[in-house]
Amino acid sequence: MADTSHGTGGLTFDKSKRSWPNELNILLALVIIIAIFEIIGQVAPYMNGQSFLFDTKDRFDSIFNEARLQIIILQVAIIGIIALGVTQVIITAGIDLSSGPLVAATAMIAMSFGQTELVNGFPNPKALFGTWAMDLPVIVPVVIGLAFGACIGAINGTFIAYFRIPPFIATLGMFLICRGIALWWSGGNPISFPTESYAWIGSGMMPVVWFIILAIIFQLIMSYTVYGKHTYAIGSNEEAARMSGINVRRHKVMVYTIAAMLAAFAGIVLSSKAVTAQAGMGEFYELFAIAMAVIGGISLQGGRGSIIGTVLGAMVLGVIRSGFTYIKLDGSYQLMAMGGIIIAAVILDQYRQRNKA
Amino acid sequence: MSDDIVLETRDLTKHYGGVHALEGANFTLRKGEHVAIMGDNGAGKSTFVRQITGVEQRTRGEVIFDGKPVHFAGPLDAREAGIETVFQTLALADHLDVPDNLFLGREKTKLNWLGPFRLLDYKAMRQDTIDGLNKTGVKIPNIRNTIQNMSGGQRQCVAIARTATFHSKLTIMDEPTAALGVQETAQVENIIRTLKEDGEPLILVSHNMRQVMDLVDRIVVFRRGRMVADLKKEETDGQDIVAYITGAKTGAEFEGAA
Repeated sequence: MADTSHGTGGLTFDKSKRSWPNELNILLALVIIIAIFEIIGQVAPYMNGQSFLFDTKDRFDSIFNEARLQIIILQVAIIGIIALGVTQVIITAGIDLSSGPLVAATAMIAMSFGQTELVNGFPNPKALFGTWAMDLPVIVPVVIGLAFGACIGAINGTFIAYFRIPPFIATLGMFLICRGIALWWSGGNPISFPTESYAWIGSGMMPVVWFIILAIIFQLIMSYTVYGKHTYAIGSNEEAARMSGINVRRHKVMVYTIAAMLAAFAGIVLSSKAVTAQAGMGEFYELFAIAMAVIGGISLQGGRGSIIGTVLGAMVLGVIRSGFTYIKLDGSYQLMAMGGIIIAAVILDQYRQRNKA
Repeated sequence: MSDDIVLETRDLTKHYGGVHALEGANFTLRKGEHVAIMGDNGAGKSTFVRQITGVEQRTRGEVIFDGKPVHFAGPLDAREAGIETVFQTLALADHLDVPDNLFLGREKTKLNWLGPFRLLDYKAMRQDTIDGLNKTGVKIPNIRNTIQNMSGGQRQCVAIARTATFHSKLTIMDEPTAALGVQETAQVENIIRTLKEDGEPLILVSHNMRQVMDLVDRIVVFRRGRMVADLKKEETDGQDIVAYITGAKTGAEFEGAA
């Protein structure tokens, strides 16, 4: 090591100039945002000295306002699952717009195989298929849902990698196709009354459990496996990746397939949580998932970012949404402010990257 | 033919439609030999390199590498056979660090039954990288640094260090110092000398006369798609080579060409 630690051309390495991980900045932003809401709550006269973060009900068993924290994380968990996949796609310098409608289509398809035959002793009023599709083991709707997602993702990836269609266009087409499938599947009718085991998937805090498990798995995959390394390499320099012998096309198909399977799983969790599936579900989810990734420091140019960043980005988005409601900001203002924050996040990140180089 | 020939081409020809970019090149490279390829822009230097490294498919002719006729379907085939090329455009991923780039596409892994999700053996790759850098005398302040934070010279060195790390049988460098400063060029030239001392054969495509006269044993000149001279360094000088490059002279054995 010692022999490689000095340069001949006056090229020395300054450890102090090494920037700290991007994720720390997002964490810092998260803390600052929470602090701002906390201060507004304490100071603004119309808030009556409420607390955003802390428990104010004088209970002894908790310090934090657990109810609010639970709602925040529950709100972001399902879109967060989608964002885990979108993150991988964006790291390859691609984009996936089809995830929101894919959530709806998968919710419809999976739920139609997860219905219960009898509701309060009467036949299921929302039954889509005959009794053969009723009361199936929960593995059946889950596998069918994930397989559907895998097909959609593989088609996305094939068009992008083999037919050289820009990811934006390919997934925009798939966006419409999936919304169409969601409407066509049951002729626009909602599908309801799932089996108990199907309803368990998204019950209570289960969406958060899935989100955390999947986030940990994919953080490890992206950091420590060949799949992760090649994903970064393709986003960083696709030509170099090809020259190095990576099968870039096959790898891209794999990335889009995994992303779509995560979105499909989000659809299963969402329909289970809502105990019903509707064709209009998951509206704007694809955009919020992209926003989470972007706030989390994933560069749209590819090659840079991490799953941890996206998880933090998801938390930032969730805290902002919850905080706006907490300070009683009108819904229309919330949307405008959130849009502004997303743009500001990207500007800040680009500024930081420029200064780093 | 003696068996110390590393690479031989016979009648190697490449036509792009009606353009005869390379015509009947007969080239040999012996063990431990460093040969420069010179010529004007469009003389066929890069075309010649692309046929050998499998980047393009030749129109006609034979390539014999390591005693066997070869047909590389792509650059990866050539690399697997032991031909390591440092391209003009550096094939490096900016966001990855040095070991990641050296081992890109041929990572050392553990738990291979996991398929695409097999684990990277970072420790072994780091050790091999350090060994490779030591062997070539490449000095990089911190191998964990990403390529985007490196100077042009360091990047070039990383690209060259692949050669040493993977014990290739033949190294081809396509204008390795074209974009570098004085000190960085010196650093790359030192690496080339190290390869020479280690007996690693090299083909150097270069425009730099001083560099060529400094570094190589033999100089091959291309003009308008044909080989027009094959000169030992001791038997020629800069002016002589320029005469071949510009067309004022043509080697006796190549009479009739161009």
